[in-house]
Amino acid sequence: MPRQLHPGAWWLWAVGLGTAASRTTNPLLLALVAAVAGYVVAARRPDAPWARAYSAFVKIGLAVIAIRVVLQAVVGAELPGHELLRLPRADLPGWLAGIRVGGPVTAEELATAAYDGLRLAVLLACLGAANALANPSRLLKAVPGALYELGVAVVVAMSFAPQAVTAVGRVRAARKLRGRPDRGLRGLRGLLLPVLETALERSIALAASMDSRGYGRRAAVPARARRATAALTAAGLLGICAGTYGLLDSSATAGVTSGAATLLGLPVLVAGVLLAGLGLALGGRRVTRSRYRPDPWDVPEWLVAAAGVTVAAVFVVLGGDPALHPSTAPLVPPPLPLAFAAATLVGLLPAVVAPALPRLQLAAP
Amino acid sequence: MIEFDRVSVTYHRATEPVLSGVTLAIPEGELCLVIGRTGAGKSTLLRAVNGLVPHFTGGTLAGRVRVAGRDTRDHPPRELADVVGVVGQDPESGFVTDVVEDELAYTMESLGLPADVMRRRVEDTLDLLGLAELRARPLATLSAGQQQRVAIGSVLTAHPRVLVLDEPTSALDPPAAEEVLAALQRLVHDLGLTVLLAEHRLERVVQYADRVVYLPGAGRPVEVGTPAAVLRTAPVYPPVVGLGRLAGWDPLPLSVRDARRVAGPLRDRLAGRQPPAADGPAAGSRTAGRGWTPGTRGTRGTAGGSGTARTSGTSGTSGNIAEVRGLVAGYGELVALRRVDLTLPQGEIVALMGRNGAGKSTLLACLVGLLRPRAGSVAVAGRAPYGRRRLPLRDVGLVPRQPGDLLYAESVAAELAGAGSSARARGAAGARGAAGAEAAAGHFAALAPGVPPETHPRDLSEGQRLALALAVVLAADPALLLLDEPTRGLDYTAKRRLVGVLRERAATGTAILLATHDVELAAEAAHRVVVLAEGEVVADGPSRDVVTHSPAFAPQVAKILAPQPWLTVSDVERALGRDGGGP
Repeated sequence: MPRQLHPGAWWLWAVGLGTAASRTTNPLLLALVAAVAGYVVAARRPDAPWARAYSAFVKIGLAVIAIRVVLQAVVGAELPGHELLRLPRADLPGWLAGIRVGGPVTAEELATAAYDGLRLAVLLACLGAANALANPSRLLKAVPGALYELGVAVVVAMSFAPQAVTAVGRVRAARKLRGRPDRGLRGLRGLLLPVLETALERSIALAASMDSRGYGRRAAVPARARRATAALTAAGLLGICAGTYGLLDSSATAGVTSGAATLLGLPVLVAGVLLAGLGLALGGRRVTRSRYRPDPWDVPEWLVAAAGVTVAAVFVVLGGDPALHPSTAPLVPPPLPLAFAAATLVGLLPAVVAPALPRLQLAAP
Repeated sequence: MIEFDRVSVTYHRATEPVLSGVTLAIPEGELCLVIGRTGAGKSTLLRAVNGLVPHFTGGTLAGRVRVAGRDTRDHPPRELADVVGVVGQDPESGFVTDVVEDELAYTMESLGLPADVMRRRVEDTLDLLGLAELRARPLATLSAGQQQRVAIGSVLTAHPRVLVLDEPTSALDPPAAEEVLAALQRLVHDLGLTVLLAEHRLERVVQYADRVVYLPGAGRPVEVGTPAAVLRTAPVYPPVVGLGRLAGWDPLPLSVRDARRVAGPLRDRLAGRQPPAADGPAAGSRTAGRGWTPGTRGTRGTAGGSGTARTSGTSGTSGNIAEVRGLVAGYGELVALRRVDLTLPQGEIVALMGRNGAGKSTLLACLVGLLRPRAGSVAVAGRAPYGRRRLPLRDVGLVPRQPGDLLYAESVAAELAGAGSSARARGAAGARGAAGAEAAAGHFAALAPGVPPETHPRDLSEGQRLALALAVVLAADPALLLLDEPTRGLDYTAKRRLVGVLRERAATGTAILLATHDVELAAEAAHRVVVLAEGEVVADGPSRDVVTHSPAFAPQVAKILAPQPWLTVSDVERALGRDGGGP
């Protein structure tokens, strides 16, 4: 049956691919991850404004690679090897001795930078895929009750942007109608104040409307329970941050094998998730809200999430494999480790198992 | 259901209370209409019902307001959300989510209703208000009428016992307003909902009201009673009541149907008489060359307060200020106007009508030069208004739908002075600026008398803001004046003043085009009516012909006295008066 997949499933899948990408600098594997993400986006992207985010993320990613390579060539640390060209060297004063500007540019150096940039670009592409596939407002509906108010703030902020655009158009037209400049610095000053004023008036009207419609009704909860909730949630979030860092950032554990880092990160992450979950569950008791048509979490959601988790798991568990980090000095052609490539291809599963989108989701006016 | 017990409201830093000593009780299942002049405290009264006044707005509320037994003193608005639904003046600014269906569910989510109940009620409400096809649409893409219906639906889903509406139909075209009012009527009759609504357009709502609350303002006591009783003496009344008062009908009819049933004798008296045809230069005929001489332009100067005669090529051909030929225009993929032809002769007031989204505002934008046509030509005073560095403000001036957009000075006085200086900045002679400011001040005083000059434009009422914007636009002495929905939020007195000023301008040669839903305004002010539908002109002719031929656009007096061609109460009054025998 055509329907929208739960946005959480898409995010789990995308985070899984992203995790895999963050564990390797092998350009072949990275390209494969990007291709998998791109294919799924092409297959299951809805026709909605937020779905256009993907191409923007990809463009940012390409820019990141370019910037990384150029910076390496101009000011990066020197790596001896095959010299490709020699840039004019700038002589810096002695107290800037650690910084090099210009000089020889080697193939090894550029390859390292390109691998690095590519990893970041693929991470961005995964983020873009999640943004394109998961409807942001539906994702906010899925956040736990305790975080609901935060979610509303985000929704209101998101609805503000298009309204500000309309307001700018209106005010500019009005300035033209008065024969005032609508461009340039003077025009900008005359523009900003009315637009902000409009925004303020709108937020006051919105607050009045939300108040009249029952926003912020709460069940009575003793103060001690409230404090416990806050403490649990904060500790949990800290744990999640620390655990994720340990799990993903292999360079933070230089010298220690990746397996050890995983062992260190995983328990902290799990503990953090448990604590935060407890806090959110407790906090949710204060909230009397209910949800209208929540997205179901069904077999396709499990499969999509599992696909992402599988890819990530293979890359994390077998993280010690040297094929993940092909050598750039000496520069050798990167190998294609079949186990990892096969694991990455599991990420294609959502293109098949995710339900087709309902036609005419957002009919044009 | 709703009880006000000696309620007085004084806002922060105000010297006078907005409401004083209001005592009234509205029983369950009643549709109660709040009437009064602009600024009489209608919105304050409505917002006091669910406690927004004073919990949200600040100020002091003395006395007691009780709704369904709950005192607003102890219950903030959110604790009353399950019994009172409030729809504000501007529905768009009250939307919390971005899609129709989610918006309908929002209040229920806040109240914590179970999922199956929410699902059912959303479906019911979609049907009840005719929104089913719009369910997945983003709110921003809806028309004003659709947004109003979504706003009403979004509070209805909570099944409140009281519905409070502040000017629910003032932004709507006649058919959309009928739709909203029919839905309200159904809610009152089928669900026993208590409805409290304020509306300036009494002709639309008064026949549905069980009771009328008249707020005279300025501290005088409120009047509460049946519509017929209160409207007999109230200074705000719809045309049907005006005609009834003139003819001395008793009981006072409130709907066209009631009035028609007693109008037989009046029709007999009017038989054989002609409506006063010549109360405008155009007056039905718009043949070329009618009464236009170069001298007319010269007299405009003195009336407009500027000493210089207009010498630019305003004459065009045969006295037409503006000529539109085969105009095609739109935004993005949307084509809003399809081959529109229109001429606007000097000294004629033209009403531009049509449902929301028919292309009225687009046509105005093209005429003022804000939008470049895709095909066809627009000429104002012989020149194209678009594609220049600055808009030709001496040729054409526009008062936009939100007149406040035009205002950005700190006070009314500064705004009026600024109007003069921007007139000067437009390259006119040096003396013109001061004269422009003087003229602007004169127009403002005529439209909104008694406003202290140090008032901040934001603190003005809707009608006063329109008056200020109009005065500012008129300071440039444009040959063509455009107004977009000028009567939203205007009471009958302000409307009469507006008509007076428009006629005065027309008499000095200005061509005026007003886009409006207000059929009574069109009947009262316009010489000619142009109806747009789907971006095409479907009717163009003298007001009398166009509005009497279309039930949707006919004013009440025309409907009552049909087939005789009377449009307004003042027409009838003059005809009877000329006869010597008053009613």
